[in-house]
Amino acid sequence: MAAVQSGVGDGVEEKDIKTEPPTDGFGNNANDGRVLSSSPGSSAPAASGKPAAGGTPEDQQTLLAVLQFLKKNKLTESVEILRREAGLPEDAQDAKGADSSGSGGAAGSVDLEGGDASALLSRVTVSSSAAAQAPTKAAEDQPDVNVVLSAYSQQGDPALYEVYYSGLKRFIETVLDCHRAELSQVFYPLFVHMYLELVYNNHENEAKAFFEKFSGDQECYYEDDLRVLSSLTKKEHMRGNETLLDFRTSKFVLRISRDSYQLLKRHLQERQNNQIWNIIQEHLYIDIFDGMPRSKSQIDAMSGSLAGEAKREANKAKVYYGLLKEPEIELPLDDEDEEAENEEGKPKKKKPKKDSMGSKSKKQDPNAPSQNRIPLPELKDSDKLDKIMYMKEATKRIRLGTDNLPSICFYSFLNAYQGLTAVDFTDDSSLIAGGFADSTVRVWSVTPKKLRKVKSAADLNLIDKESDDVLERIMDEKTASESKILYGHSGPVYGISFSPDRNYLLSSSEDGTVRLWSLQTFTCLVGYKGHNYPVWDTQFSPYGYYFVSGGHDRVARLWATDHYQPLRMFSGHLADITCTRFHPNSNYVATGSSDRTIRLWDVLNGNCVRIFTGHKGPIHALAFSPNGKFLASGATDGRVLLWDIGHGLMVGELKGHADTVYSLRFSRDGELLASGSMDNTVRLWDAMKAFDDLETDDFTAATGHVHLQDNSQELLLGTYMTKSTPVIHLHFTRRNLLLAAGAYNP
Amino acid sequence: MADREERRFAEVSRDSVKLMAESAGVDLGDDVAALLAEDVCYRLREATQSSSQFMRHAKRRKLTVEDFNRALRWSNVEAICGYGAQDGLPFRSVKEGELFFVEDRDVNLVELALATNIPKGCAETMVRVNVSYLDGKGNLEPQGAVPTAVQSLSDDLLKYYQQITRAILGEDPHLMKVALLDLQSNSKIAALLPYFVYVISGVKSVSHDLEQLNRLLHMVKSLVQNPYLYLGSYVRSLVSSVMYCILEPLAASINPLNDHWTLRDYAALLLSHIFWTHGDLVSGLYHQILLSLQKVLSDPVRPLCSHYGAVVGLHALGWKAVERVLFPHLPAYWANLQAVLDDYSVSNAQVKADGHKVYGAILVAVERLLKMKALSLSQPAEGATNAQSGSVMGAMGYRVSSPGLSPPPEPLSEAALGIASHLQAGGAGCPWEEWTPVPLPAMYCELYSFFGDSLAVRFSTGPGFGSYPPCTPSQLSDTRKEPSGPASNPDTTRKMPQLTANLNISPRQDGSPRTDPPPPSLAATGSGRTLARSSSVQRSRSSSSRSGQRSTGLVFTAVEKPLEEELRAEVEELRRFFLQENPCVEEGRLGKLLEKALSVHHSDVNVLNAEADERRYDFTSSLYFVIATLTTMGKTWCIKDIMHESLFFDLENNVI
Repeated sequence: MAAVQSGVGDGVEEKDIKTEPPTDGFGNNANDGRVLSSSPGSSAPAASGKPAAGGTPEDQQTLLAVLQFLKKNKLTESVEILRREAGLPEDAQDAKGADSSGSGGAAGSVDLEGGDASALLSRVTVSSSAAAQAPTKAAEDQPDVNVVLSAYSQQGDPALYEVYYSGLKRFIETVLDCHRAELSQVFYPLFVHMYLELVYNNHENEAKAFFEKFSGDQECYYEDDLRVLSSLTKKEHMRGNETLLDFRTSKFVLRISRDSYQLLKRHLQERQNNQIWNIIQEHLYIDIFDGMPRSKSQIDAMSGSLAGEAKREANKAKVYYGLLKEPEIELPLDDEDEEAENEEGKPKKKKPKKDSMGSKSKKQDPNAPSQNRIPLPELKDSDKLDKIMYMKEATKRIRLGTDNLPSICFYSFLNAYQGLTAVDFTDDSSLIAGGFADSTVRVWSVTPKKLRKVKSAADLNLIDKESDDVLERIMDEKTASESKILYGHSGPVYGISFSPDRNYLLSSSEDGTVRLWSLQTFTCLVGYKGHNYPVWDTQFSPYGYYFVSGGHDRVARLWATDHYQPLRMFSGHLADITCTRFHPNSNYVATGSSDRTIRLWDVLNGNCVRIFTGHKGPIHALAFSPNGKFLASGATDGRVLLWDIGHGLMVGELKGHADTVYSLRFSRDGELLASGSMDNTVRLWDAMKAFDDLETDDFTAATGHVHLQDNSQELLLGTYMTKSTPVIHLHFTRRNLLLAAGAYNP
Repeated sequence: MADREERRFAEVSRDSVKLMAESAGVDLGDDVAALLAEDVCYRLREATQSSSQFMRHAKRRKLTVEDFNRALRWSNVEAICGYGAQDGLPFRSVKEGELFFVEDRDVNLVELALATNIPKGCAETMVRVNVSYLDGKGNLEPQGAVPTAVQSLSDDLLKYYQQITRAILGEDPHLMKVALLDLQSNSKIAALLPYFVYVISGVKSVSHDLEQLNRLLHMVKSLVQNPYLYLGSYVRSLVSSVMYCILEPLAASINPLNDHWTLRDYAALLLSHIFWTHGDLVSGLYHQILLSLQKVLSDPVRPLCSHYGAVVGLHALGWKAVERVLFPHLPAYWANLQAVLDDYSVSNAQVKADGHKVYGAILVAVERLLKMKALSLSQPAEGATNAQSGSVMGAMGYRVSSPGLSPPPEPLSEAALGIASHLQAGGAGCPWEEWTPVPLPAMYCELYSFFGDSLAVRFSTGPGFGSYPPCTPSQLSDTRKEPSGPASNPDTTRKMPQLTANLNISPRQDGSPRTDPPPPSLAATGSGRTLARSSSVQRSRSSSSRSGQRSTGLVFTAVEKPLEEELRAEVEELRRFFLQENPCVEEGRLGKLLEKALSVHHSDVNVLNAEADERRYDFTSSLYFVIATLTTMGKTWCIKDIMHESLFFDLENNVI
């Protein structure tokens, strides 16, 4: 889809994204984060790791090209910022600044760099004059693709491919059982690469035969990819195919024990099987570990992603998964609830603090990030009031458990013929919003309190600003209604999120924008443009102010509401980002993707700190446990996987749903996990038990090898049918009542 | 997604490409066309694949044209217009050319523009909440009922519908039971309701087949009892089907061997059940039903079985309906009925038998009317009787006013008609719209004039009871009776002409020619004298004198009072508790049920146990069933007692 790139440059980030394919998909995300940290609101540390020498020469060239572009367009301020951020010396810039991009005869010293820069620019500007300057690359519309594909150009005898492959197959089938499972992992990447080589070298018939013969051997969870592959039989088609590009640009990661690897290596060298050896060398990344080979089930649990498993190093970074300290808020004595009962009032005052914050209010959680790791907005008075409300509610919370399941209320969207695509509740469950395929966003009040707009400016002038009930007076009673419709998007609204203070609403749409709406005036405040492709999901930080969005362009962006450009860009996913979630401490962001991986990003520096593989289909639901330790994810394969964030391990697999899991939510105290699916059911799982049974010894933590017991049935506490209504959102109220929502499909 | 069969993808043939090119005026070589065709196929697949993600994110299962167009648009290809309609496109083929095409009908814009039937806009999108699962258990009510939407059936529902209707109308009685049971408890059949209602409306076409009619009625019952179904306006349709069974001269009733009477009884029961449980869904339903029953009743051309149906229908709707409709019509109707009954010719035998049925039904209805009327009259006096309530209280829940304090019957001694100042019309023939309540004595007098002694069993009349024959001597074949009225009362009551319902007597018992002693009466009646207990048969045989009864009563009262009072208090406590817990149960009905159950129990029919086993039979319906069956059936003349019992069980089994 993204094959044809729009000719008109769309700004800085566009270029950055598109230059990323030539570099390693894993390596460059931090880089991107740094580049984009130029936004004013971002915290300083981002730039610190990036002195001029930080990147490779290519990086620098890219930067120079960007600078040049900016300069040409008279964006002097941006030039300044970028140069400061990137640490580029002034003189280097000046030296090149003399010759503008179009000039043919450049000074000899900068000739090489200048050529590259204009090659880059040629993709942005329409000027074709640069073609002469950069003969090889500029001629192609997408030079990077060519570079990638040319790796296939080595010619082998097409007829021998089958022989090689079946030779290896025979070998692996004869090795000891303990090694066989591990070595079988190489089949799929080998198969794909060999097939692509055949296609690339125009051996269409051989490729087809090869595919016919061996595609049946591959694991069933690769079926979707194989289907894409099978339709591809021409070299020309390879150019625009994103899946393939992903396959090429990223090395397929395998985890193999040292013994098995030696076995394979010896075999290939004995046989002089260079064809296969080359592929393994070039396109595969084999993560060798010492110890027992893994079993088939262990391997199957972790594999399935587009680019194999995560490297072990990828999950080594320390993650501060603890919760932030709650601000001390004096809970005022209740005047309504406990009149004149001071003796009783006191214990009540203490209790909620204990309940809601636990020991964290006393001392810092060792796993928590420091309070000011990322700047968080100040608490307003209204926020404090809301916190107090929250604590009060929390004291009335029902403790859920295996023998005390929550009541479920279902919010059915009736007559939603236009197509309901997203739903969100406010934290206090007073409002519900729906995003629709007809580009509208609708907000309903689910309490008797109607939705009212603020009066117009003229009317606001008339009211008495000193009066006590000024907040009430500014509301226009005439506009009171049960629901409001927000118009502004020009495509289906796929993601929707309320701000924690209930003043704003975010919506992301197919039109490539994220919009911020005011729930005071019910108008659009900002349209955040940056994703140039459909934005699949967006979510507010639990502390407000920040929000994250992710979409078809494979990049998740972190925004602040008062900046029209993103603060961070998280890139690294190999396919669409389908869902985004903030960690409860707001320091991390989790993204799920169609590449069947989940990544956890550090908001502070934009690094990818966790990669979770194991899903066999695009991920459509994510949920952090309230204590921040665990993550649950649901995918189109109907499975829910549980992850330990601290150790970076898969800790559970919940099987039961028959269709895509679209919603996941932990109960307020984290005892239960509720999952809602396309199969018209809500299922409740015993999260306590799932996490309790966990033994994370050092070995598992070090190797990342998990033994998952198949105890889905024990953990499943209940299955609740709806009436032909897919469950697309779940929400636990502050008192642990489960709310589910979906559109009734007659 | 493409199917995974042999041909994985749709393919565009080389010839198609050539044809297209030709139509565009380009001549393509074979190899060029082949290449193009292949490329087109690939692009199509690519677009399809990328369109699927739009479907996934829209949380749908169905790939729409819109999704495909979005995929095209994002790959900078023009979208294809004209296929956005939601309804399926008819895909046609032409045999000769092996050509497939989408039918494109001409649309007459002028017609469309000038059309007067402007299509309705779709309803507003809204959010409705309901508690689906309380504490993780059970559906409280159906979720997301969309009353107006005409739903197309999913495959599962369709299958369910076919299986259920087949099972119910089929031969296997066991299967039918299972199907009915499921229909009664399935929470997911809201979408099928219209279809079931339609099936039920088929009663009109199977009026020759009693069995089928019966099954359809059972189906109605199951639907009505299903707590997850919101019947809404379908109540009307159901009622009309049931009314058909009650009132119409069914084809099946031509053959006297067919027991269409039972069917009518059952339908009447069902009618009252629907009415009491769902009557509030349709406004004016009650009046409509009454009107149609009245119409049938007042139509002499209708066969007797229709009249019978009208009477049992009224009876089932409650004594008020009887009072409003049947009672005013009785004088007019009586003449007709009498004519039938008096005709002893052989040719008339069948009709006469029918006539007796009607007679019986009327008798049952008016007896209940009188009883309930008396009860309702005595109720207001309750407050005043506090002092005596302990002794006056009937163990079965009937509070019968203490005779001495009961105000309404005062003027009875003066005249039968028009005594009370508020009484304006005798009631005969007066249309129920301007219906005025007829005082009980007047009513009684009038009814007595029709039924004579058959009716007298209901009440004892004081010695001064006007022009009417003195109270028939009570049957006093037993001394076990415990006339528990206050010992001080008899004197006052004797002087006071009065009318008090003796509520502990069931019609069945009365009607039964049984000679074994009736059960001990637990009801406290005002005095022994009011315990008139006789039947048309027994009356003649009764020999004891009233005074004798009274004295024995007194003796017994004196002897057994402490124990009895204790027992009574206990039972009363139980009863009150039960009523509190089951607010839907009317006090009067409960009493009636228990009374019946007890009396049946004494005939060695263990009703209570049978009920306990019958879980599927919910309380209200069983209540109705027992009451109405017994009251209706019990009084029909010709049925002998033994037969009656077996019938009771037959019915019981039928209903399941």
